Amino acid sequence: MSRPSQHRVLPGFRLSLGYTWFYLGLVVLIPLSSLFLRTFSLSWEVFWGTVTTSRALAAYRLSFGASLAAALANAVFGLLVAWVLVRYRFPGRDVLESLVDLPFALPTAVAGLTLTTLFSAKGWYGRHLEALGIQVAYTSVGVAVALTFIGLPFVVRTVQPVLEGIDADVEEAAATLGATPWQTFRRVLFPAIFPALLSGFTLAFARALGEYGSVVFISGNMPLRTEIVPLLIVTRLEQYDYAGATAIATVMLAASFSLLLAVNLLHRWSHRRLEARPGA
Amino acid sequence: MESRARPSARNWVPLALLLSIVGCSRSSGEASPDGSVTLLNVSYDPTRELYEDLNAAFAKHWEATRSQQVSIRQSHGGSGKQARSVIEGLAADVVTLALAYDVDMLHQQAQLLPVDWQSRLPHHSAPYTSTIVFVVRKGNPKGIHDWDDLVREGVAVITPNPKTSGGARWNYLAAWGQALKGEGGSEARAQAYVEKLYRNVPVLDSGARGATTTFAERGLGDVLLAWENEAFLLTREVGQAELEVVVPPVSILAEPPVALVDRNVDRKGTRAVAEAYLRYLYSDEGQEIAARHHFRPRSDTVAAKYAADFPQVKRLTLAEVAGDWARAQATHFADGGVFDRIYAPQAN
Repeated sequence: MSRPSQHRVLPGFRLSLGYTWFYLGLVVLIPLSSLFLRTFSLSWEVFWGTVTTSRALAAYRLSFGASLAAALANAVFGLLVAWVLVRYRFPGRDVLESLVDLPFALPTAVAGLTLTTLFSAKGWYGRHLEALGIQVAYTSVGVAVALTFIGLPFVVRTVQPVLEGIDADVEEAAATLGATPWQTFRRVLFPAIFPALLSGFTLAFARALGEYGSVVFISGNMPLRTEIVPLLIVTRLEQYDYAGATAIATVMLAASFSLLLAVNLLHRWSHRRLEARPGA
Repeated sequence: MESRARPSARNWVPLALLLSIVGCSRSSGEASPDGSVTLLNVSYDPTRELYEDLNAAFAKHWEATRSQQVSIRQSHGGSGKQARSVIEGLAADVVTLALAYDVDMLHQQAQLLPVDWQSRLPHHSAPYTSTIVFVVRKGNPKGIHDWDDLVREGVAVITPNPKTSGGARWNYLAAWGQALKGEGGSEARAQAYVEKLYRNVPVLDSGARGATTTFAERGLGDVLLAWENEAFLLTREVGQAELEVVVPPVSILAEPPVALVDRNVDRKGTRAVAEAYLRYLYSDEGQEIAARHHFRPRSDTVAAKYAADFPQVKRLTLAEVAGDWARAQATHFADGGVFDRIYAPQAN
């Protein structure tokens, strides 16, 4: 990787690295370590007891499960949206393009209220789903729906520039060499966009884990069934149990960090594989 | 022009930043040069309209008697969240919250006011009271009149989570109290009652306003447990065509307290006006405004004047139902308390 002894063409390495450490320390590291420090006011038994109650375990399952489902759904459909936006020119494309960013701009509480209205028994979607015996609002499905909504832009916006960078010639070349459309996708396009897709997926997943505003409206917040982890944290704060709240937050943080680290390693591995491919 | 504007702008930016910082730190001190004064009242959700009226009336009163201008800023939100903001440094001169427990925390967590804050003003520092009533669909299709009707099979009850909402704690204690003090009442009967009640609750919203939305906008549930003033506000806003209020024969005496935040008023030098503001809530004018907003007044004369607006209901006190907030919190709402046991897995 980096060999500091080597002569660098770009100036300012020390200064910019120092700045990077300072900035990340100030904005990320110090706030998060204060979180850890607060947790240390608890004894190990109390900490363990707090983070392994049946309600907490159920909430981890729901939060990680629903976030994963939402991120996967976004990876598939977000890729599709990005593909359409990059490869085709059609009337209304600009409108569609701006629509993608809307979940970013919308206050999450508004998103939650809107989705709940749509999916509740009286709402436009809910009315028809109810007739089929499917309940979305106030179930874990509803949680996943809300998380899908807020995570969509991440995948589209990370994949889009990479797709734009791949010339259509590449696909044509593959076709003239006798590749089927599926082979072209799997062996030519997919390896090139995979790192970006993975980044988008990770961002959507991480965002979903921490999401609170939109989910509390649609989840119904029933203990053991539809409580997400951020809600448990808020519940503890509401009881002035700061240490308990930070204990659960610490578990969340540790889990998220190891997941993100794992994805980053996967990312680098796939990148290397891509670089190592002959002709790439 | 371009070339001249740029360097000068560059010089001005840091200076402007510096000035704005200095400006911010200065403006937190109160009495401004023209002698006017600003108070911050940190309150809970359903008092928004009440305090808009009260603040205007008090400002007029203060200007007339002391010829000083006073403007009162309001902040609203869930009671617990509001108390935490004050603990973490929101410079409230007075707090007007949903339950005394949240004000107790201002003492316990940050010593912002003395432990005996509640005895400093008449009536346990609660200038107006309220109670918990039922809101049902028009025509009362499920025939809901009393607490026993709420635990019938097939009745869906909307009430927020008492662990996250102050109003919901009053709902819970009203339900507990009427079973405890009713015919053949006992702790065991009360426990059985709340267990059955919360089995009929399909959604636990995190706050009272959320529960109101669930009931009124989403059409979920047959009955909403609500503050009396919220219930009347709701039927007025959604329209009497859709909802109606049912007042049960027994409920709870909800006392939303007000308190001076000593640490903040002494720092800002606003003690006199803040104290007068709280006293004003007990005056006849203040009581009338409260009554008009469906908060039950303490003053007998004002109560008599508005008697028609407040249906008869036997209101149990917190002391009768649960002792005090510290005990209520420990028995019912703390981890592993009665409320948690309702939702504990069957294995326990």
